[in-house]
Amino acid sequence: MSSWLKSLIIGIVVIALLYVLNGMMSKGGFFGAGIDDYTARLLVFIAINIILATSLNLINGFTGQFSIGHAGFMAVGAYSSAYFTVNYGKQLESAFSFLGETGASSIILIIAIVIGAIVAAIAGAIVGIPSLRLKGDYLAIVTLGFAEIIRIVILNIDAVGGATGYQVPGYANFLWIGIFAVITIVVVHNIVKSDAGRALVSIREDELAAEAMGVNTTRYKVTSFVISSAFAGIAGVLFAHYNKFLSTNDFQFIKSFEIIIMIVLGGMGSMTGAVVGAIVVTLLPELLRQLPAIQVGASTFQFSDLRLVIFALILIFTMILRPQGIFGTAEIGNIYRRFRNKLGKPGGLE
Amino acid sequence: MLTLENVSVNYDAIEALTDISLTVSQGEVVTLIGANGAGKTTTLRTITGLLEPRNGRITYEGKEISGMATHRLVPMGIAMSPEGRGVFANLSVRENLDMGAYIRKDKKGISDDMERAFTLFPRLKEREKQKAGTLSGGEQQMLAMGRAMMSRPRLLLLDEPSLGLAPLLVHTIFEAIDNIRSEGTTILLVEQNANAALHHSDRAYVLETGRIVMEGDSKQLAADPRVKEAYLGE
Repeated sequence: MSSWLKSLIIGIVVIALLYVLNGMMSKGGFFGAGIDDYTARLLVFIAINIILATSLNLINGFTGQFSIGHAGFMAVGAYSSAYFTVNYGKQLESAFSFLGETGASSIILIIAIVIGAIVAAIAGAIVGIPSLRLKGDYLAIVTLGFAEIIRIVILNIDAVGGATGYQVPGYANFLWIGIFAVITIVVVHNIVKSDAGRALVSIREDELAAEAMGVNTTRYKVTSFVISSAFAGIAGVLFAHYNKFLSTNDFQFIKSFEIIIMIVLGGMGSMTGAVVGAIVVTLLPELLRQLPAIQVGASTFQFSDLRLVIFALILIFTMILRPQGIFGTAEIGNIYRRFRNKLGKPGGLE
Repeated sequence: MLTLENVSVNYDAIEALTDISLTVSQGEVVTLIGANGAGKTTTLRTITGLLEPRNGRITYEGKEISGMATHRLVPMGIAMSPEGRGVFANLSVRENLDMGAYIRKDKKGISDDMERAFTLFPRLKEREKQKAGTLSGGEQQMLAMGRAMMSRPRLLLLDEPSLGLAPLLVHTIFEAIDNIRSEGTTILLVEQNANAALHHSDRAYVLETGRIVMEGDSKQLAADPRVKEAYLGE
């Protein structure tokens, strides 16, 4: 089977799956089958976190530049697009009313995503060009600082709600968020597998040697930072229009660290790792809510009250046992092939 | 081919190189020898644009390249095997060699040159799929040189290729230098191992605390009593 036909079929299957899940989340359900609001919200946040982790992995995992300001760019995307939809959304709704309610809100969402991505990319360039001269911990501190500056600036703009928060129309649904998660994975995957991707990895491995091979390291570092920021912006747009409310508290440095945890846990420089990391970090604290209570004498002890402590312990032990993350730099495809070879079935080494 | 005219370089207030003038002509192997801290690596870093000269100019094939970014030198035909080898540790030997041909697009030529690198260093062929980080020091040096050759350079800059290697491997590396030279590549070799460097080069410059104190034919320098005493330990 030719590879584009394979991709097309996979694409159709994925979109159909997302469509069914999206249907199950809506009021009436999908042919009677439904997903409750809590689960729906979790799935949405997994998809948004996949966008964030996969894009941060491009700069941290593949290019080897330790940035910890991803939440800042997410905020830029969220607020810039929200400003647009709050002020022009109603007009556009009537202008596109011939497409029906779903059609109109989809069009507006796409426009919002383009705006959010562009503004976040510009912010990425402004932050990246001066700071990517720095390395290691210096770069980390500067990006963290920039992300906080962005947040404080937004906090002081009254036109986007300031400290009281910002009401945003809910144009996003799971279908679109899922589609953009898939688009992010496909785009980052293609970058990594291209010649440019080899250049990025060589920068991670040894910047001076990469330069000696003829790689314009500054240009590649800035470009990957800008692309990464644009996707963080897209995640911000989707979050804003799903959550319907923005507060700068959602974009504190703790959010940046959460994304870092996802890629470190999954394995820096692994696409699969970023996706799995995003799923684990989103789901685990929620699953730990269901820990049982035990009766100690007259008082009840709630294990679920300790869920964040247990979550932290799980992270610590994972890092002790697998410092390179769950996947290291390997991908699910490599592991599958190795497994298949072990079983002695056809399909040799790649 | 490569000319340095009265080049001086400072690290902040400290003068690292004073008035360095040297030339490398087409087809030659020129070596730059000297003790630790004499300014050998600083000279290479200045040629490759990592440091900007305070005075003087550097020209390559008639074009001024002083302070030009390293990556711009590669398409001009200059390749460098950096100090400390700088192999891409998590990439395989083959991927490292592929990266060496980064600026080239001719698939056929690249695969021919890959074979040539494997002929030059058969050990690399055996290790083709292994990660570069798992190679021994000598093998990493072979890889760094093989990788530098993948851009088909006219001028190859080698920074301390024999540093920290066992005598047998030093021999292999210098044999490879002879081979590369016989294929027509010009070489500027920076070395601490003066003995080997003088035996495998045409001309030599001796650096001492940032100045060139002696220059001339390698064989004559090797016979010079001052060089013998200071660098050859005789």
